[in-house]
Amino acid sequence: MAETEARGRTLDGIRAYGLIASMWVRSTMAYRASFAMTALGNFAATGFDFVAILMMFSHVDSLGGYSLPEIAFLYGTAGVSFGLSDLVMGSMDRLGRRIRDGTLDTLLVRPAPVLAQVAADRFALRRLGRITQGLLVLGYALLVLDIDWTVVKVLLVPVMLLSGGAIFGAVFVVGAAFQFWAQDASEVQNSFTYGGVTMLVYPPTVFAKDLVRGVTFVIPLAFVNWLPALYVLGRPYPLDVPQWLAFTPPLVAAACMGLAGLAWRAGLRSYRSTGS
Amino acid sequence: MVDADFIELDNLEKVFDVRRKAGFWRREKSEVRAVDGISFTVARGEMVGYIGPNGAGKSTTIKMLTGILTPSGGRLRVAGLDPSRERTKLAQRIGVVFGQRTTLWWDLPLRDSYRLAHRMYRIPDARFAENMERCVELLDLAELLEVPVRQLSLGQRMRGDIAAALLHDPEVLYLDEPTIGLDVVSKAKVREFLRDLNAERGTTVLLTTHDLQDIEQLCKRVMVIDHGRLMYDGALTGLHEVGSGVSERMLVVDLERELPPIDLELVRVVKVEGPRQWLAFPSAASAAPIVAAIAASYPLVDLSVREPDIEAVIAKMYADRGVY
Amino acid sequence: MIRLYALVAAGGFRRHATYRVATVAGVFTNTVFGFIVAYTYIALWDQKPHLGGYDQAQALTYVWLGQGMMATVAMLGGGFEDELIERVRSGDIATDLYRPADLQLWWLAGDLGRAAFHFLVRGTMPMMLGALVFDLALPDNPFVWIAFVFSVVLGVVVSFAVRYLVALSSFWLLDGAGVAQIIGLVSLFFSGMLLPLNVFPGVLGELAKVLPWSSLLQIPADVLLGKHTGWGLVGAYAFQLGWAAVLLTVGRLLQSAATRKVVVQGG
Repeated sequence: MAETEARGRTLDGIRAYGLIASMWVRSTMAYRASFAMTALGNFAATGFDFVAILMMFSHVDSLGGYSLPEIAFLYGTAGVSFGLSDLVMGSMDRLGRRIRDGTLDTLLVRPAPVLAQVAADRFALRRLGRITQGLLVLGYALLVLDIDWTVVKVLLVPVMLLSGGAIFGAVFVVGAAFQFWAQDASEVQNSFTYGGVTMLVYPPTVFAKDLVRGVTFVIPLAFVNWLPALYVLGRPYPLDVPQWLAFTPPLVAAACMGLAGLAWRAGLRSYRSTGS
Repeated sequence: MVDADFIELDNLEKVFDVRRKAGFWRREKSEVRAVDGISFTVARGEMVGYIGPNGAGKSTTIKMLTGILTPSGGRLRVAGLDPSRERTKLAQRIGVVFGQRTTLWWDLPLRDSYRLAHRMYRIPDARFAENMERCVELLDLAELLEVPVRQLSLGQRMRGDIAAALLHDPEVLYLDEPTIGLDVVSKAKVREFLRDLNAERGTTVLLTTHDLQDIEQLCKRVMVIDHGRLMYDGALTGLHEVGSGVSERMLVVDLERELPPIDLELVRVVKVEGPRQWLAFPSAASAAPIVAAIAASYPLVDLSVREPDIEAVIAKMYADRGVY
Repeated sequence: MIRLYALVAAGGFRRHATYRVATVAGVFTNTVFGFIVAYTYIALWDQKPHLGGYDQAQALTYVWLGQGMMATVAMLGGGFEDELIERVRSGDIATDLYRPADLQLWWLAGDLGRAAFHFLVRGTMPMMLGALVFDLALPDNPFVWIAFVFSVVLGVVVSFAVRYLVALSSFWLLDGAGVAQIIGLVSLFFSGMLLPLNVFPGVLGELAKVLPWSSLLQIPADVLLGKHTGWGLVGAYAFQLGWAAVLLTVGRLLQSAATRKVVVQGG
């Protein structure tokens, strides 16, 4: 009974998400030229990150013991994962503003889960730019790299991208939930989303061990790409962890989403009992 | 659920913890009882005005009735549902219009917002078409449907918002300051529509307002709330009796300098603040001779005449009852 | 008139000073990024000491300075322009255009106030935290610091001028937020935030150095690191001033075009 109800709510949420996202797409399509320009600009501008890496490699041959194609592989996987979550719920940091100006209330009187409505807020197709750009770099890496492919490794790549997207998505949700208590703290989540993706682009060997431990055991961003990607590349993980951790991203993603759901519910409950 | 208790509040409370600044980092906690034990019932099909000064607890009550806020105490039922627990279920059965916040889509033609409501509320097609036709006709929206919302005037937008809140046939409609900022023509149109809606469809309407005319023209029953408590619940005529001083109008005069209270026939000085004085005079009397008399014997700089409003009614009510 | 703008600037300062939680959140984020980037620079400078003429301590100073400047010059936006774009979108801008105060100076004053607050708090805090962990090359000479602060002020003005153009573009492009995002990414790249401009190879390096965004981080950083002294310093200032003048002038022209547009179309 409770299970069918939960499933019903999830379906309701997805449906509401689709409805609202399509309204935002229509809104942007009302200004077609400006959409085309920003989409193209977004695609090009997100590429600057990779240009910076190319420039680094114009001076050196390796970074932290990793070659350019290997780093491109990390860049592509982190970029696509992040891009997916950014596309699906990239405007969740606006929640604080909605609480402050009171427009969250208008979402609460609609017959749909609030999380879905907030996630769909300002849905923008221009965010496809980042995913495309990440896929291109990933494609380049896969072409150039000499990987000893096995079935497991081949399967691990798409699994990694989707689980990574889910892990970043969970971070977005937790960050939004946090704003129920601290409306102005939207920037904190940038540390873990944008900061996370910046970090995951480079190999873990570059960073201090404590930092690597932090993103492995505390905020499990290492499961986005480091652990599975290093397995695919046939590189040892700098921490002493069992190798099977490389196959756990889906489980970690599920756990993260569960925790994020709880955080969200606690946040929403707090809003509805304090009125912020 | 009995129709007589369609909306039922029993000793409803809402307490907020407020953190006040006390030094750079330190915060002092204090309790604010925004709604402090309110009980009333509203029967299906009633049209009720819910009034009170700013910060009296009106919006907090509405937010609890719509399920936005969870009560801190007491019992609350709307259409047999517990609003905060069954929020989405309730949302299907209520309509909400926030006077100062539009729910319409800013960059899109008005029609698109209605399309969204159609799907979001899963309104059957035939029903939707019928309701659309009715709203468009009565709220005069035909010319506006293809216009992006951002290009609508405040009054047009309010009419658009009201229509959006009604397409799913809500049994209750909550309106928070529906006529605030509207011009006279728009106000009249909105009032007429609400009256018809209530009369023909039997929709229960609960509205908060600052505008006494809204109440006079729409509501047989009025509730006055202040400091989170229900001060009055009854017919509008009764409220007039309670605040009988409301049959007075107010003349606000600015004199050149601070002077003793103006002494004049028909006029009663209510308040003096520096060179400004508030004078009450009977509504029936004409303002012109009074103004002339003041100008003749006092150094008058500026003046204005104020019609009785909610605030005045409530102020008078307190004065007569000796509450607080 | 000057008093009015001083008041507006003070208002900008105070307003941002009240966002206490946002400030802490920002310092936290800048610090996290500082750590991440610092380690990548260490890896890079380990491989190639004296890359771009910096030793490792200078490179790390550059990292933490960058984190401090990010909010000060509002590199990714988030200054006045969001509000201005929103006012254009909502049509409230029409009333602004008829105010007796000059629109551009008004927003500039407010943005300078904001920048002053961000410089004092978000500019210094991450740097101090970074200095606890890494060896930084901070100058002892107080005149270098003064020269640096002046260069930062000019950087803020250039950044303002660019963002003013971005905001005004929403009169025509409508998706102001999208443009702001692109320009944010462009300025991140061409200011030297991702990598110091003197590490940029060949033509790209030459180009990056003459674009306005070098005023935002690269020039102030080089002033602090003692790369610009004497006439070199004067030249650096002249470069920043030149871009400020050009961009502010373009902003004025665009502003009067926007005013005409509003008058004709009524918003």
